[in-house]
Amino acid sequence: MSYRLQEQPFEWIDRSKTVNIEVEGRPMRGFEGDTISSTMLANGVIHMGRSFKYHRIRGPFTFANHDINALFENADKTHVRGDVELAEDGLKLKGANTIGGIAKDKFRHLSLLSRFLVVGFYYKGLFKPRFLRPFYERIIRESAGLGKVDLNWRGGRKSKRYGFCDVLVIGAGPAGMAAAKAAAESGAQVMLVDENAQIGGSLDYQYANDASVADTRSELKEAVLNNENIEVHTSSVAVGWYTDNWMPINTPNGIIKVRAEQVVMATGLFEQPSIFHKNDVPGVMMASAAQRMIARYAIKPCEVAAMVVANEDGYRAALDLLKAGVKINAIADLEDHEDRGDLAKQVKAQGVQIYDHHGIYEVEGKDRVTSATLCPLNASGELDTSRKTTVPCDGVMMSVGWAPATHMLFQCKADIKYDATIGQFRAQSLPEGMFAAGRVNGVFDIKDQIADGAGAGQQAAAAAKGESADVQRPEPTKVRQSHEYPIFSHPKAKNFLDYDEDIQLKDYINAAKEGFDNIELIKRFSTNGMGPSQGKHSNMNGIRILAKHTGKSIDETGSTTARPMFHPTPVGHLGGRRFRAERVTPMQESHVAHKAVFMEAGAWLRPEYYDTEATRTESIHAEVNAVRTGLGIIDVSTLGKIEVFGPDAPEVMDRICTMRMSNMKIGMTRYALVVDEAGVITDDGVVVRYADDHFYYTTTTGSSDPAFRTLQKQILEWGLKAEAVNRTGQLQAMNLAGPLARQKLAPLTDIDLSEEAFPYLAARTGTMYGKPVTLARVGFVGELGYEIHCLSGDAAEIWDNLLRDCADAGIRPFGVEAQRLLRLEKGHVIVTQDTDGLTNPYEAGMPWAVHMKKDFFIGKRSLEILKPLQARKLMGFMFPESYSGGTPKECHLLIKDGELNGRITSVSYSPTFNRYLGLAYVDDMNANVGDAVNVRLDDGALVEAELVSLPFYDPEGKRQTCDVDGTEEKVA
Amino acid sequence: MKVIDCPHIGKRPMSEFVYGHEVREMPKPSEASDKEWADYVFSRDGAPGVKKEWWHHVPSGIWFVFERDTLTDKFIRLVDIAEVQYEL
Repeated sequence: MSYRLQEQPFEWIDRSKTVNIEVEGRPMRGFEGDTISSTMLANGVIHMGRSFKYHRIRGPFTFANHDINALFENADKTHVRGDVELAEDGLKLKGANTIGGIAKDKFRHLSLLSRFLVVGFYYKGLFKPRFLRPFYERIIRESAGLGKVDLNWRGGRKSKRYGFCDVLVIGAGPAGMAAAKAAAESGAQVMLVDENAQIGGSLDYQYANDASVADTRSELKEAVLNNENIEVHTSSVAVGWYTDNWMPINTPNGIIKVRAEQVVMATGLFEQPSIFHKNDVPGVMMASAAQRMIARYAIKPCEVAAMVVANEDGYRAALDLLKAGVKINAIADLEDHEDRGDLAKQVKAQGVQIYDHHGIYEVEGKDRVTSATLCPLNASGELDTSRKTTVPCDGVMMSVGWAPATHMLFQCKADIKYDATIGQFRAQSLPEGMFAAGRVNGVFDIKDQIADGAGAGQQAAAAAKGESADVQRPEPTKVRQSHEYPIFSHPKAKNFLDYDEDIQLKDYINAAKEGFDNIELIKRFSTNGMGPSQGKHSNMNGIRILAKHTGKSIDETGSTTARPMFHPTPVGHLGGRRFRAERVTPMQESHVAHKAVFMEAGAWLRPEYYDTEATRTESIHAEVNAVRTGLGIIDVSTLGKIEVFGPDAPEVMDRICTMRMSNMKIGMTRYALVVDEAGVITDDGVVVRYADDHFYYTTTTGSSDPAFRTLQKQILEWGLKAEAVNRTGQLQAMNLAGPLARQKLAPLTDIDLSEEAFPYLAARTGTMYGKPVTLARVGFVGELGYEIHCLSGDAAEIWDNLLRDCADAGIRPFGVEAQRLLRLEKGHVIVTQDTDGLTNPYEAGMPWAVHMKKDFFIGKRSLEILKPLQARKLMGFMFPESYSGGTPKECHLLIKDGELNGRITSVSYSPTFNRYLGLAYVDDMNANVGDAVNVRLDDGALVEAELVSLPFYDPEGKRQTCDVDGTEEKVA
Repeated sequence: MKVIDCPHIGKRPMSEFVYGHEVREMPKPSEASDKEWADYVFSRDGAPGVKKEWWHHVPSGIWFVFERDTLTDKFIRLVDIAEVQYEL
């Protein structure tokens, strides 16, 4: 049987083009523009899915994606929303929450067990005995969730985009279209967003047969679609509001992050169900769902209907049903149809039996509703079940009230109160930059809605220009639109409050009785509104039930917090495309050519080692040996490089560094240790003095930005005459180190490298290969060495030339791993590896780097306090040369008498000493060089190591001048 | 995301800024007791109110001091650096 009607005036389908889809093996034919749900209905299939908990059979309900009865999955997507996703030719789907298909679901009889599966049954029933918990867990994990996640899924990332507009209008119904039109005509750049596939909103389904709006409709649509100042996004949901009108719009192609000067919320309403026995049986649906079926897809919702109504919209829907050829056997009006106005009279005139002051008590039917039973309401609003009227029907339409889509109004902190006259929440006042229009604003009459939208659009456009528009906006309606309590108990329950989570009325009331009588608590305990519909069809009734149960008002009861995203958002949208800054130095090409294996250091890619030997370790050791016995070069361009100028530059450097810098001679360098106000080490580097009022200072890789910011801020705060410049990107650096360094470098530069002219720790400027350079003779890896600083544009050339011209000396580029090992052998501390968030210079064994005689430096006062409190010290240790057990690692603990006695911070096998050596904090101020400590390895084994003095390598520092004083031989 | 409207550089998204903490004047290290010094180093006033704060605009490399109401998250005015300078 097909439910397809003859052509409807505003239908969304193109009857000239057919599409074929397959749902659980069953082929179905639809038209282009059909959704999956409408295609199924057109093929006579009303069973669209199974419910989450009891696996009850479900059919179309809101037909607007405000429920998840029609939830499918296919090879590409876990959740396919049948109500809105288009039926594309060739699509193959299956139900999302079934074992064995929608019809033959293995769990289809689960609702017979419902009295054992009360709210909170996990905690209550499956808690004891303890040994069964893994069994329960397996069962629950198997049945929980909606659909199977494909762990091999790799696709679907969507680009994030940015959007800017003067006025963002959410919702392209009558009010939204009017707002967009008015704003654009006032000169504003407008963005109009609607979750539906087409603009028009309720105009095209609720008012499809209302001749009085025919002209307005075409005028509005034409204006919106043809105005070049209006950018329209359909099938797009605004899912949240963030500060200063920063709103994510979920489009089919990913998120647009829109920054709007002004926002008009014309978000409209969600229709709400009446709660009665078996209100989830297929065929029971919202009246607006029936109207959507008819108007958008030309689907006849049923042959014979019964209705429950509490507003004029119900009678408008009844007229649409009648026009579509549906017979209406009964309308239960919760109040009096005489008060509904002209539409009710028209319905009655067509011979429909109206039962005033009646509600629907229950419906019958298993696969589809077969009858509805009406009972009169007594004075206290309850159904008098002694007087039942049962009418046969295959469809039940509910039109008892609405919940406004106020989520984003809550998010922007609008003052929202319950308007008892209308029966809905309404914003009493709005923050700056925010407008609400149409039914979300309590304006219901269709002409008023359009006027309200136009007014809001004008106001928003004016506000975007910093002006204000004097506009008379319509008053909210004085007619109640939503019934206070369309909710009826039944001894057999199955009267559902939330369709996602199968929450029955008694479940919710029991949760309140158990003490979860606060709206936020009851949501979490009962899970009302926690399914993918996010409360769109259940939150309002939940509030009404709790308010009645606790005897509080709706405002006192309050609504749950409306956090973004208010509609489920695909993970691929949130993840977006990956953008990660990756910085490389000008020597990158050479590194790659020399088979560098890269590691990340902050945003930088640095060569970890050059893959020249059989193994990683052998490659690193070969690099170490080159530096110790011949010549090596490392790219240290990633160091932060900051210059400080000005008459107060020496004062600045003195205050920033722990060592005194103001007494340094021009052309010299000094180790720079930086601590914070708490005396904790934050950075280290080298300071070069170029002139009385000119310093150059390096920071560790990744610290350049924070170090520069601190420097800048302190100069401002102290009002000093100095200026800092961050030259990290402009300058590059490399360190040429090894006994052959001077011999090989001397012919390549005009700088005199002789020991007299250029002693250890000096810095000189000159040229290399005709390029300006600064050479600094610093310790670094513990060999004779020169740090070469040059302009970025010259760096690659100098590097390549050096490798070429020093090839006969066996020069090797070395990476970060070799550098660490070389520096470890010298006992140099790596800030943030050998220091933690509490380490001060005394603990790190660097009292020599703290010049307490200075008047002031950042952290001095704290170090004065900390010095006598020292309780640990960083010491060197070595494993015996004969050791052959498990590998010692960083963070292994030192154990003494079964107690924690310290921690390793750096450890490595040294090819220079042929054994493991490293640094460790020893929590014992009495520990001495020569003492034994026990290191606990991964496997728990305790290994004895010996504390040794630092540095391990070349304690007298002879290697800095090894080529002039004859200490050419290997020191170790 | 918030937009910071600065008289010098116009409206810029907050993600372009690095927060530099509340403006606080350091007590004279030589005069402060250990307790006073520890209070300065470790304690912060978390009570909401109008505060002067350092904000570094990363793309332009400029430090600004803004007065901000931390209760309403409203930026009230740009503060002249001279107002927050102090001598050691």
